Amino acid sequence: MLSTETYGELREIAARYPQPRSGLLPMLHLVQSVEGRVTPEGIQACAEILEISPAEVSGVATFYTMYKRKPVGDYHVGVCTNTLCAVMGGDLIFERLKDHLDVGNDETTEDGKITLEHIECNAACDYAPVMMVNWEFMDNMTPESAIQVTDDLRAGTAVHSTRGPKLCTWREAERVLAGFPDGLADEGPSAGPASLVGREIARERGWTAPASDSSGSTDGTADTKTEAVEQADTSRAETETVQEKGQEDK
Amino acid sequence: MADTLTPVLTDSWGSERSWTLAAYEAQGGYGALKKALAMPQDDIIAAVKDSGLRGRGGAGFPTGMKWSFIPQDNPKPKYLVVNADESEPGTCKDIPLMMATPHTLVEGVIISSFAIRAHTAFIYIRGEVLHVIRRVQAAVAEAYAAGHLGKDIHGSGYDLDVVVHAGAGAYICGEETALLEGLEGRRGQPRLRPPFPAVAGLYASPTVINNVESIASVPSIIEHGATWFASMGTEKSKGYGIFSLSGHITRPGQYEAPLGITLRELIDLAGGIRAGHELKFWTPGGSSTPLLTAEHLDVPLDFEGVGAAGSMLGTRALQIFDETTCVVRAVLRWTEFYKHESCGKCTPCREGTWWLVQTLAALERGQGSEADLELLLDQCDNILGRSFCALADGAVSPIASSIKYFRDDYLAHLTHGGCPVDPAAATVFATQGATA
Repeated sequence: MLSTETYGELREIAARYPQPRSGLLPMLHLVQSVEGRVTPEGIQACAEILEISPAEVSGVATFYTMYKRKPVGDYHVGVCTNTLCAVMGGDLIFERLKDHLDVGNDETTEDGKITLEHIECNAACDYAPVMMVNWEFMDNMTPESAIQVTDDLRAGTAVHSTRGPKLCTWREAERVLAGFPDGLADEGPSAGPASLVGREIARERGWTAPASDSSGSTDGTADTKTEAVEQADTSRAETETVQEKGQEDK
Repeated sequence: MADTLTPVLTDSWGSERSWTLAAYEAQGGYGALKKALAMPQDDIIAAVKDSGLRGRGGAGFPTGMKWSFIPQDNPKPKYLVVNADESEPGTCKDIPLMMATPHTLVEGVIISSFAIRAHTAFIYIRGEVLHVIRRVQAAVAEAYAAGHLGKDIHGSGYDLDVVVHAGAGAYICGEETALLEGLEGRRGQPRLRPPFPAVAGLYASPTVINNVESIASVPSIIEHGATWFASMGTEKSKGYGIFSLSGHITRPGQYEAPLGITLRELIDLAGGIRAGHELKFWTPGGSSTPLLTAEHLDVPLDFEGVGAAGSMLGTRALQIFDETTCVVRAVLRWTEFYKHESCGKCTPCREGTWWLVQTLAALERGQGSEADLELLLDQCDNILGRSFCALADGAVSPIASSIKYFRDDYLAHLTHGGCPVDPAAATVFATQGATA
């Protein structure tokens, strides 16, 4: 049974939006932070508050990969095995961690500390191979450093994200995703080293953006809807840009 | 002629506490907002149109044009939604931007919302980037406290609320109508168009959806002017953009340059392909853009140049692979990704990506015959352009392009009875002397 306080916070999330149902994704994050997974009780609570059926909530909960139906360990360890990270060593890291932790994909260690999962691209390719712990970046991993991270986490030794604070628990992370800040935004650096390489080269060579009074031709920019549609990038954009009947250039 | 690299968005990424309001304002931040609030709203739209800014999320649709589609005579509320669901494999620019300088995005959101007469804006951030979400939440809170958000912003009479919304793990929600479904608390499945979001988007109301980098570029256009922005880039691809280099290069990272720079120039700046190796293939804009090879090193990286080379500029996610990489393994892994991420709504994508994996996986194991390459291409033909959104179109890109350029690599799997390449040689630690 969820506490009255949790019900209150779930209602608070729904109230952030013009239409309450928009709160469902963060509400499910809050359910996970309280329950350690998406439970039937959590689904029921969301359904009651949003006045939709539990089946509709379940349909959403099963669509998104961050929602878990089995209990998650204190630390969710995700190893990127999308192509670039896999090639750079992610496959090897994932294999070594499975051996070391004696678990398969999406399984939790016996001590309940670590859930291991292979994940898709997490937008840190310039730090490959990348591992995420409770969705914090662990950049430039090797099999050895990844094993060290999991050993430290299991031993209760503090581990810091390479671009963030000391790692919190998975439940604490889920609470932030539900929109309840934990006050740790000021931890960690502005950026990791790879994010800054181009900027540093520009500084070394004296390269800058043009002065404010620089002037370029604005010819070539689309003036009409038809031109805009023609310019947009091939088939990828077509579905987003094809002309609507009766909506020709005005 | 602009410099080779032109840091605008990345310029303050390394500054002390760059993510805070104080640091941002110390560098002139929110100056563009004050200027914008004194402008007629249509002039802001005109400036963004004139600048030639085109969507930085991959499709390249002119941003100002998108804004002008919002029917201002429609009595429903207007919404701005920022697509911060950066998930396209290889793409890694919006995440460091929001981590280092979230206020650039917030300022862009306020100016853009003001221009389209929206009073509520949403920043939809993928859920898997906890610290980035913290930083954006904090920036929005600081902006409220400073009077940049809320009621009657700086006495202008303009009200705006911004909601930071965390997604929950779904590549498809980077597709704009699937994102809207997610934001409405539903399964992230793309909508049939028309109607387009500009007419009936969030809550069936007029909605502009823009990528993080597009919105973050707006303050610089307002501050320096449309012609300043247009002084960078090429004729139809104006301005600067962040180029993300990853993979087998000496210095992977973010390089902000005028559109039209070449990969040869970028690799040179990045210290070359990793020592002792040579370029084999690369993606210009994420895994959904057809692969290119060393023969394309001098292609101008703008929308037109990459298009003419048979690929797409996409998100400028330059994933670089050297000769130690098995292209079949790379393509199979991307295909498994598309299969996993297919939302299941359209049959050609749901079933087609499954079949692509079956066929490719067999080839990778050395099973089958050369005829299976034709089978694969036939499958691609039956998938391309047959679904609501571009996910399945993206899925066939690496397959068709890799067969075009590396047919022999596929055949080598058949003659070798499996993959002839040692995956250990491609790892980053292979060059560091670490053992597997």
